[in-house]
Order: sequence, then C-alpha cells, then structure tokens
Amino acid sequence: MSVLTPELRQKIEAYFPRYPSKQAVALPALHLVHDTLRCVPLEAVREIAEMLEISPAELNDTMSFYGFFKDEQHRLGKTRLWVCRSLACQLRGSDELLGHLCEKLHVQPGQTTQDGNITLEFAECIGACEGAPSVLVNDEAMMDVSNEKADKLIEELRR
Amino acid sequence: MPDFEPVLLRRIAKPDSTSLASYQADGGYQALRKAVTTMTPEQVIDVVKTSGLRGRGGAGFPTGVKWTFLPKGHPGPIYFCVNADESEPCTFNNRILMEQDPHQVLEGILLSCYAVRAWTAYFYIRYEYGKAFRAIENAIRELYANNLLGKGILGTGFNLDVFVHRGAGAYICGEETGLIESLEGKRAWPRIKPPFPAVEGAFRKPTIVNNIETVACVTHIVNRGADWFKSMGVPPDPKNPRDAGSYGPKLYCISGHVNKPGCVELPLGISVRELVDKHGGGVWKGRKAKGCIPGGISMGLMTEVEFDTPLDFNGPGKVGCLGLGTAAVTVFDEQTSIVDVLYNICRFFEHESCGQCTPCREGTGWMRKIVERIRNGQGRFEDLEILGEVGNNIGIMPGTTICGLADGAGWPVKQAVKKFRPELEAYIRSGQKSRQPLPLAAVH
Ligand SMILES: Cc1cc2nc3c(=O)[nH]c(=O)nc-3n(C[C@H](O)[C@H](O)[C@H](O)COP(=O)(O)O)c2cc1C
Ligand code: SF4
Ligand code: FES
Repeated sequence: MSVLTPELRQKIEAYFPRYPSKQAVALPALHLVHDTLRCVPLEAVREIAEMLEISPAELNDTMSFYGFFKDEQHRLGKTRLWVCRSLACQLRGSDELLGHLCEKLHVQPGQTTQDGNITLEFAECIGACEGAPSVLVNDEAMMDVSNEKADKLIEELRR
Repeated sequence: MPDFEPVLLRRIAKPDSTSLASYQADGGYQALRKAVTTMTPEQVIDVVKTSGLRGRGGAGFPTGVKWTFLPKGHPGPIYFCVNADESEPCTFNNRILMEQDPHQVLEGILLSCYAVRAWTAYFYIRYEYGKAFRAIENAIRELYANNLLGKGILGTGFNLDVFVHRGAGAYICGEETGLIESLEGKRAWPRIKPPFPAVEGAFRKPTIVNNIETVACVTHIVNRGADWFKSMGVPPDPKNPRDAGSYGPKLYCISGHVNKPGCVELPLGISVRELVDKHGGGVWKGRKAKGCIPGGISMGLMTEVEFDTPLDFNGPGKVGCLGLGTAAVTVFDEQTSIVDVLYNICRFFEHESCGQCTPCREGTGWMRKIVERIRNGQGRFEDLEILGEVGNNIGIMPGTTICGLADGAGWPVKQAVKKFRPELEAYIRSGQKSRQPLPLAAVH
C-alpha cells in the first residue's frame, strides 16, 4: 500500500510549477511528509523519488545530508524541542538548561520521551541570541528560557 | 554625533507592522512605483552601484557591481535567490527584518529583480525561522492579491513570482552555491567557482544571490538616492587599495555577557566599545570584558584591548580579524575561559562542515578534538602549534578548500592561539578540567 496519501501527493504536485526541475521539489516534499508522519519512511523515499523522476538513492542522498529528517526508527515525538548550544546561548547557561531538560525528560539529546510527546535535541544557533538561552519549539523560538520557564513549557506540551 | 534615526528598523515597534496596509500608509511600495514607472533596470543598477552598497551577508561584495556580472542581453530566465539562511552563530538581524517588516524586505526583492531582469525569485529561508516564514508567506499573499506580484505589476510589463523555499537545518546552505545546490534538491555541497552564480547559478542559469539586509537597503537607496546612502559610514581607507568604503546604515547584533542584548541600527563604523557600552548596556554583573567575537564566530576573536576597532568592512582586518562578517558582536566576560569559547566554536564547525573537502572535514574535526583534549586537562604545549598550523592551512585563502567555511573555522582558532596564548598555556600547565561534561547525544 502507498505511504503517500492522495492528499499528500496533491500537495507535493502543487510545488512542481514553481521550479524548472522536479528534483527541486525534494525539500518541500520531504518537509510535507516529515511534518505529517513525523518521519520519512523508506517507502516514502521511494514514492517521492518516483514522483520527482529521480532514483530513490538520489533522494536518499539529499535527505541524509540534512540531519534534520528522521527515518522510521527515529520517529519524532509530537513536539520537537531544540535547545540551542551555540556561543551566545552557552555563555548564558544553555549547557545547564540542556542538562536540566535531559534529567527532567529522562532522555538524551536525540531521544523521544516514553509517552511520545517530546523529542529533545540540541541545535546550533537558532538566531534568537538576544534571548539566550533560547529554545526552538518545532519551528518557533522561545527566549530567555530559565529552568522554571522550561518546566512550564514541558507541562504545557504534555497536556 | 546626533542620535541616528533608524531607517531599516524604523517600523519595528509599530503595531501591525507586518501588514501591507500599514506598510503602504508609511510610504511603502513608492520606491517600486518610482522604479517601474520612471526608471530603466539599468538606472536602478546604477543608483545601487553609485551608493556603494556592499553585501550584508558576510562577504561585503559591492551589490551593484555583482549585478553587472550578469551576461548582457541574456534572454532569460535569470533567477534571483534571497539568502535568508542566516545561520552564522550570534546573528539575528535578518530574522527581525522578516518577522517585523516583511514588506520592506519584499519591496527590496521586487526592486532587485526589476534591476537584474529576473522574473522568478526563490526565497531560501532556514527552517528554524518559522515565524519569519509565515510573516513572509502572508505578505506575499497580500502582494499577489494587490497586483504587486504576478503578471503586469502596477500595470507595467514587469512580471515576478516569489517562491519561499524552506531549508532543513544546515549552516552550509547559507553559502551561495550551497544554497543553490540545496534549492535544486541536492545535498548542499558548495560549487567550485568560477563559474560564479551570476554566470551559471540555479538550474544552470544566471543567478544573483543577495542577503535580506542587502535587499532591504535597496528600497531606501531607490527612494532617497545614492547621496543619502553615502552620507553615512566610512569612506575608503587610502592605506588599503582594496577597500571600497563602508557606506550606509548597518544592523548590529549584540549578545553574550552584556546587560542589554539586542539588535541596533547605526551608521557603519561604530567601535565595539561604543556598541557594547552605549547600546548593549555594558558588560553584565559589573564585570569587565575579556574579549568578543566581532562579526559572527567565523571572523575571529578580539581582546578587550582591541575594542576601539571600528566595525566597518575594513576595520576588523586591522586587528587580524577576517572581516566585518555579519557585524554580530558576542561579548564574553573576564571570568569566561577562552578554552570553553574555543571549544564551542570548534564544535560548531566540525558539525557544520559539509565534508566535501578533506582539509575542512578532517581539519575541523582535529581542531575540535585537540581543544577538547585541552579542555579535559590533557593538553600539551605542542597542541597550540598544531592548532595554529591547521587553522592556517584550511580555507579558500590558502587554497585548500572549495568554500569559505573552512577559513571561518580556522580563523578563531589561530587568533585564539595568538591573542590568548598566555591563558591557554596556563590552562594546559595547570592540568585543570573544565566544568561538568555536556549531555551526550544518544542518536545523531
Ligand atoms: C559558510 C558560509 C555561510 C554563509 N552563510 C550566509 C548566510 O547565512 N546568509 C547570507 O546572507 N550569506 C551567507 N554567506 C555569504 C554568501 O555566500 C553570499 O556571499 C551572500 O549571500 C551574498 O549576498 P550579499 O552580497 O547580499 O551579502 C555565507 C558564506 C559562507 C562561506
Ligand atoms: S570548505 Fe568545508 S564546508 Fe566548504 S565545501 Fe569544503 S568541506 Fe564543505
Ligand atoms: S547562540 Fe543560541 S540562539 Fe544564537
């Protein structure tokens, strides 16, 4: 059975007119699938590659270059929580924040909580350095994150 | 000096600053109307060239000059790529422009595309900028609905489509040819230049890549003229024949150990000291600064003694830094260990090297490992020599790599060895270990 629903296929096809090559739709397609399924299964790679008229190996080459996309074995939790670890944040306590979150969630960076709610990750500078230490909740930054603020966020995300 | 009135940030604090209506109420899209109804594309290129505008993305290349590198009389398509990948650590000015005043950015893109005769623009934005992405998408929708994008813009023969393309968390996509490869759906491996993108870029067609802040400046140059732009900043340094001058306003980012981190707009050429003391609220906790990174971590390091250096395109080079970079200053105080700063920087570049060139892939790894060893109390004095040597030998300047990431990786390392040597030696001698170990990644 196909992993890509007709709806997903339609959304991917809607990108074709934007570019002079179908391969250019690789990132938009991967994002669509990744957002919906919380990972990109190998079967989806094959199906997207067919739509883009490239070999699955080519698409896999692109996909694996970006550490961003997860395979089936590392499916994301409901929320992806990134802790910035770059210089401005480190100078204002991001190591401690990441340590705190690891303990609180009982995970190491890269892992997902048992209840499947939160995937904790570290990020390189997320461009929110004026509010260091900062975190990214999926794709929106939260600034000036104290341990207490982080605890409150976790509570909300668990609801 | 009278207090400077911001131009790029003038609408930031306004309510509803992101909507087309409010932008137009403030005179928005008048520059576009003026250009498409009264100027030829060549005239737009000319005014940008005369203004002396230099790219704000890090390399500082004169924008108008870059535009003239396009082949003359090309039948098209010519592509315009907007570089909104902003991933240089400690840099966030592009984000503020996009989130708070997307139409200012888009008007600049429309003008630039008119000038270079591009009818398709790709807006490459890093994935992490979700809020900016949505602000830009909304603004683009408004433009299509109001005949400011699409076919026959403002009733003229000017056509333009702008498509937003989201990245996937890789620093190297900010390098212009890495960006182009990524846009094409490939791994973001930078290309060997020449050919430069203006000759052969996206989809093998002539392509111009410009930074968000650069295009935002274009709007105001068309509006107020080249003389206005040149009334700010620093003229060319007669002692440096390669300096083309540093004109116009610039967005400076201040972060790290200061009381008031943030982004301020000032004429090019302010000193680090004034930036930190006057605009960053001074060093935090009543402490003194030990040093800073002057323009993103790729540009090297400055000691506190060097804080009077002006932050223009020519200034940082006088104290051995690579350049102005992104003009993002991150201060570290006297209690910070230079070993921790260096470790953080080295770890970043090892993580972000695209792996294409052996000297960069291996060199960034070696440097991180050596600094980590020092940090763990097992450093040797020879390590400093090795660090300096690796730092000196990777990059486009020594000629061993394809892109500038490696120059940026080596620069802070060799500068640390030079400028902070006594501290590094004392650290090695003492055999001390840095604080707690970091949480390790389970999967990566
Ligand atoms: C490793 C590396 C990363 C870069 N990242 C960015 C970036 O995030 N944003 C940007 O505008 N330019 C970045 N640049 C510079 C671009 O290659 C290019 O010079 C710039 O986008 C041109 O636009 P400008 O002339 O308007 O500055 C980077 C360069 C290198 C070598
Ligand atoms: S210098 Fe480094 S980042 Fe640039 S192309 Fe070579 S390996 Fe990739
Ligand atoms: S260093 Fe953390 S957001 Fe920039």
